[in-house]
Amino acid sequence: MSLSRPSRQALRLSRQLQLRPSISSTRTCSTPSSSSSPASRLARRSAATLTPPHQAGAISRLPTNVDPSSPEFKDNEAQMADITARLQSLTKTIQQGGSQKARDKHIARNKMLPRDRVAALIDPGTTFLELSPMAGYELYPEAEVPAGGIITGVGVVEGVTCVIVANDSTVKGGTYYPITVKKHLRAQAVAQENKLPCIYLVDSGGANLPHQADVFPDQNHFGRIFYNQARMSSQGIPQIAVVMGPCTAGGAYVPAMSDESIIVQEQGHIFLAGPPLVKAATGEVVSHEDLGGGKMHSSVSGVTDYLAVDDAHAITLARRSIANLNWPKQAAATIPPAETFAEPLYDPNELLGIATTNLRKPMPVREIIARIVDGSEFAEFKRDFGTTLVTGFASIYGQKVGIVANDGILFASSSVKGAHFIELCAQRGIPLVFLQNISGFMVGSASERDGIAKHGAKLVTAVACADVPKFTVVVGGSYGAGNYGMCGRAYSPRFLWMWPNARVGVMGGEQLAAVMETVGKSVDPELKDRIERESEATYSSARLWDDGIIPPQHTRHYLGLGLRAAMGGRNEVKAGDTKFGVFRM
Amino acid sequence: MRSLRANRLSLRPVPRFLSTASPASSIPKTAALSSVLIANRGEIAIRINRTAERMGIKATTVYTDVDANSWHASSGFQSLGLGPANGYLDGEKIIALAKKHGIQALHPGYGFLSENYKFAERCEEEGIVFVGPPATAMADMGNKARSKEIMNAANVPCVPGYHGSEQGEEQLLAYAKEITFPVLLKSVRGGGGKGMRIVMKEDEFMTQLKSARAEAKASFGEGGEVMLVEKYIVRPRHVEVQVFADKYGNTVALGERDCSVQRRHQKVLEESPAPDLDEATRQDLWDKARKAAEAVGYVGAGTVEFILDKDSGKFYFMEMNTRLQVEHPVTEMVTGLDLVEWQFRIAAGEKLPLTQAEVEEQMNQRGAAIEARIYAENPEKGFMPDSGKLIHAVLLDSAKADEDIRLDWGFGSGSVVSEAYDGMIAKLIVRGDNRETAIAKLATALRAFEIVGLSTNVEFLKRLCASDAFIAGDVETGFIDKWREELFKPRHINNEVFAQAALGVLSNQLQTIGSSPHGQSLGFGNTNSTSERKLAFKVLDGYSEKEGEVVEAFVSQTGHNLYNVTISRKGEEPELFSNVISEPTIEGAVTKLQSRFPGERIHSTVVPQENGTETKLAIFQHGVKTDLALLPPSWYEKALGLKEVTASVAAPMPCKILKNEVEEGQVVKKGAPLVVIESMKMETVIRSPQDGVIKKLAHKEGDICKAGTILVLFEEEPSKEESS
Repeated sequence: MSLSRPSRQALRLSRQLQLRPSISSTRTCSTPSSSSSPASRLARRSAATLTPPHQAGAISRLPTNVDPSSPEFKDNEAQMADITARLQSLTKTIQQGGSQKARDKHIARNKMLPRDRVAALIDPGTTFLELSPMAGYELYPEAEVPAGGIITGVGVVEGVTCVIVANDSTVKGGTYYPITVKKHLRAQAVAQENKLPCIYLVDSGGANLPHQADVFPDQNHFGRIFYNQARMSSQGIPQIAVVMGPCTAGGAYVPAMSDESIIVQEQGHIFLAGPPLVKAATGEVVSHEDLGGGKMHSSVSGVTDYLAVDDAHAITLARRSIANLNWPKQAAATIPPAETFAEPLYDPNELLGIATTNLRKPMPVREIIARIVDGSEFAEFKRDFGTTLVTGFASIYGQKVGIVANDGILFASSSVKGAHFIELCAQRGIPLVFLQNISGFMVGSASERDGIAKHGAKLVTAVACADVPKFTVVVGGSYGAGNYGMCGRAYSPRFLWMWPNARVGVMGGEQLAAVMETVGKSVDPELKDRIERESEATYSSARLWDDGIIPPQHTRHYLGLGLRAAMGGRNEVKAGDTKFGVFRM
Repeated sequence: MRSLRANRLSLRPVPRFLSTASPASSIPKTAALSSVLIANRGEIAIRINRTAERMGIKATTVYTDVDANSWHASSGFQSLGLGPANGYLDGEKIIALAKKHGIQALHPGYGFLSENYKFAERCEEEGIVFVGPPATAMADMGNKARSKEIMNAANVPCVPGYHGSEQGEEQLLAYAKEITFPVLLKSVRGGGGKGMRIVMKEDEFMTQLKSARAEAKASFGEGGEVMLVEKYIVRPRHVEVQVFADKYGNTVALGERDCSVQRRHQKVLEESPAPDLDEATRQDLWDKARKAAEAVGYVGAGTVEFILDKDSGKFYFMEMNTRLQVEHPVTEMVTGLDLVEWQFRIAAGEKLPLTQAEVEEQMNQRGAAIEARIYAENPEKGFMPDSGKLIHAVLLDSAKADEDIRLDWGFGSGSVVSEAYDGMIAKLIVRGDNRETAIAKLATALRAFEIVGLSTNVEFLKRLCASDAFIAGDVETGFIDKWREELFKPRHINNEVFAQAALGVLSNQLQTIGSSPHGQSLGFGNTNSTSERKLAFKVLDGYSEKEGEVVEAFVSQTGHNLYNVTISRKGEEPELFSNVISEPTIEGAVTKLQSRFPGERIHSTVVPQENGTETKLAIFQHGVKTDLALLPPSWYEKALGLKEVTASVAAPMPCKILKNEVEEGQVVKKGAPLVVIESMKMETVIRSPQDGVIKKLAHKEGDICKAGTILVLFEEEPSKEESS
């Protein structure tokens, strides 16, 4: 009202001769004056100030108080450097795949290593978003299974964002350990949730027999792969299989259940039972090639559609198949990201001095946001209410997002604020990004009397029901019910990543030991250490509780790539699609 | 705004007829030409049209079916079709077209009908102004014997010799002494060097004469022993004088041109003034040239060619070219004149615009000029001609901005250089205050000239410009042969060339442009674990020290425009260039790269040539072109069913079969001539690549073949069959 007044006055001014009374009303609003000439009256009048975008943006631009020369920053940096270096060397080892001997043998057979296959498959200039490279780390006492024996991730092929699943036959012949199965299923879930076409680069000896009990029978075991293939296909998700090695028994269904399948001659084999088993069962003596070779399947059985002469040829054929999917860049219902945007104002590498391994120390979450979002602009919502939860709108690579970030323990007020904000995002079709650093909801009688349980429940309900893509980055602790309220793994964020310093647990090791003591159990002196160990990011990542441990300075890239996967292609993210459950008031 | 424009309009220089008016008022008023038909093609047609347009003359160009899409056919006020490829020689058709369209004059350019006096006569009969000399002068100069007689009469020196019937040994020796040694002995029936002897000194004359006669008699039979004696010039130079004459008896010499640097008897470099020539000889040359023109009643533009003996400093009349020469821009550069304008004005009956003194005054101001002819050919393979499509042909802007650099060309990106015509693509002409500057500028301009699609002599020209002997002016017609070793010296190709080639190929495929979350390294571990790509190149460059060398480049992207590149060559430690910042500018298939290597910023142009299943690359870097082949992926041959046809010989270029030198079933040795082909008006002998037996001759004489057509098939060796 007050803003529109000056313009109304301007309108009146043009008619001032006829509208004398209105002039007098103007006079009453403006500062008292003795002069009556029109010119001086103009000079005294108030008018709307033009506020160009850069000035308007000042209200959203996050300031920084980070001092890279401070001892605290340097201390953090030094500790982060330690764990980063450890992860760096661990990952390098994992990326090599199986043993040198196995790799040499693989190459001698004129086969490409799985990561080279992925590189050949994706478009030059695009980045492969690898999922959980730490899977299987220190998981099986009897064997190392680098990357869980399977490489999965999101890559761009012929301009189409796809999920790629590649067996690594240099790791125990590419056989499926329980973690391999889990990783394969997780990749399929990523494809399914984000409606991404799926490419299987098959080179596996099938189930790992000594582990068959943990691989074969249960709901989320080997059989689920094919169940998923069928269901995904029914949902219109294209699947392409490239058979570059053995594909035995159940594995035979991977190409057989794909839309199109490609096989490498004299290298890929598909059969329900291999020659030894056939001989045992029926006495028939038959060669691998005659039983399930590429030539046979492409010309006789029709199990495969294209015959390739080698890996590179097969990959080129697969790229062509993807090019023919007729896949859109963007669904009409989804608002595309802005074409231009600014990089953050502050150096993302400073996150290594902001992040801390001592999770008792508070982490300034706005400093983190300022190093993730476009132009470090953050339109904060309810800044001064429920201050331990920071909420607001921002953009990442031009894609609008709602950010929910911890800045302390969750109180009742922070919880309802969070629920309110999530409702806003769901209503508007804006994807959500959760930055977790939470030790839990507030405890104590005051808090309970305040109804923290029902307020926390509102947050959990809102998070669980919000039907927009959700992304979670654990930047610090992820403890107790805070994990739930902040969209932990159980709340199906599209992707969940951990910083190297992050920890996950029902509570801290120290607290857990204290609780145990209080309830009168004798405490194993090892317990505290074990709990601490089990809370580490590598422990979580090895078990696929997350999609990978990421360098903090790459957070923006990861979120950007995740958002592209979740918002592009056939994804339809519409405003107001969410149906929330009952919020206890 | 509107009022401004009105102002500007009123300030415009008025009537157009003023702009073409002659500067000198003393010139007699004549009927200026109003329309002309340019009976030629390519650069010269375009060049003549340019002057015609400037003078307000409506120019009509002509084209044959082969040339229907050529540049020159789109220049001019109108362009008329001539039909088949030999149309430019069809005088009657051209005259008929000119008459039908009421065209007043005809400019023949060079080549084709330009020196056909009968055609000039026909033009006169039909009332068409032939822009050139009178038919009589053309006829006189076209006849070698007659022209020598006229020149001798006019005191223009000709190569001394005895062509008479006194054949006694002593008599011949006397003539030889009169001519002065060294002399050339040649059978009147001679040919192909048989019965020909060079006699350096008097005392060997008799033995050489006897031997020559014996050989000639054996080769040519009775009468073969009749010998002629001529002055032998050991180190000849080709020096020619541009003359102009009007209908009023005035003649001027517009300086001389040295055209000694030749290959296959065709000029490669032409320059003016001629290097290493004293002023007296120069003046004498001009004087003799004017005398020669006057002796035949010459009118218009002509060139008097002399052979200059480097050892004695004497020069002799060779012949007169009664047309505008290919290399006329050299003279234009050093005189500041437009020779085509002069041709039109003289044809219209005007007097010569300048006197000899005025011309010399202008020439004193303008230093030196040099022209390089850019041919579609393979200098490193014996100057074998090439033809095909120009994929990319540009003179970089840096060179274009200089008014002393002139490029006359009839082809550009997308043009087809047909094997039906001469293989000259362009002429690059530069002027400098002195010869050294001109050569340096020519080298600079050549470095800025990018041609891809067919082989050219550009790299060879750059080497000529860098040759010490050439810079010193030590030229002679045998220059290229004499300095062959230096001119074709193999060069080393730097690793950066391969790095840029790899980056160029990769950049052109990048899907994401600008900022996006893609294209950066992500996560822990090796940044290149899923982004490293290999490209393998084969060196095709004829100047390379290792032609056929295979070089591998490993490229991984670590950020936007940020790469690590490793170059791996056989027998060398792989070289890693880390954090190369490479900014591509993509124009279609062509990628221009500005890359910052550790310690050097390199600008390159990478041009791919895709032909069938092959991909070749041309990389321009540091002013040098490198030809590479991008090796196909591992599966290419097997998956596409490609099989190299072994034991066969294919046509190296589109051609016509002139002669099969062998028969089916014949046993041949390696290097034996198999087939003689003709392309771009040049004959080439195809030689056997191996010892073997001819299985099949695929084409008979007169057949037209495409490049790559199998010409000769060999019997496969039985041992090979057994092993396969």
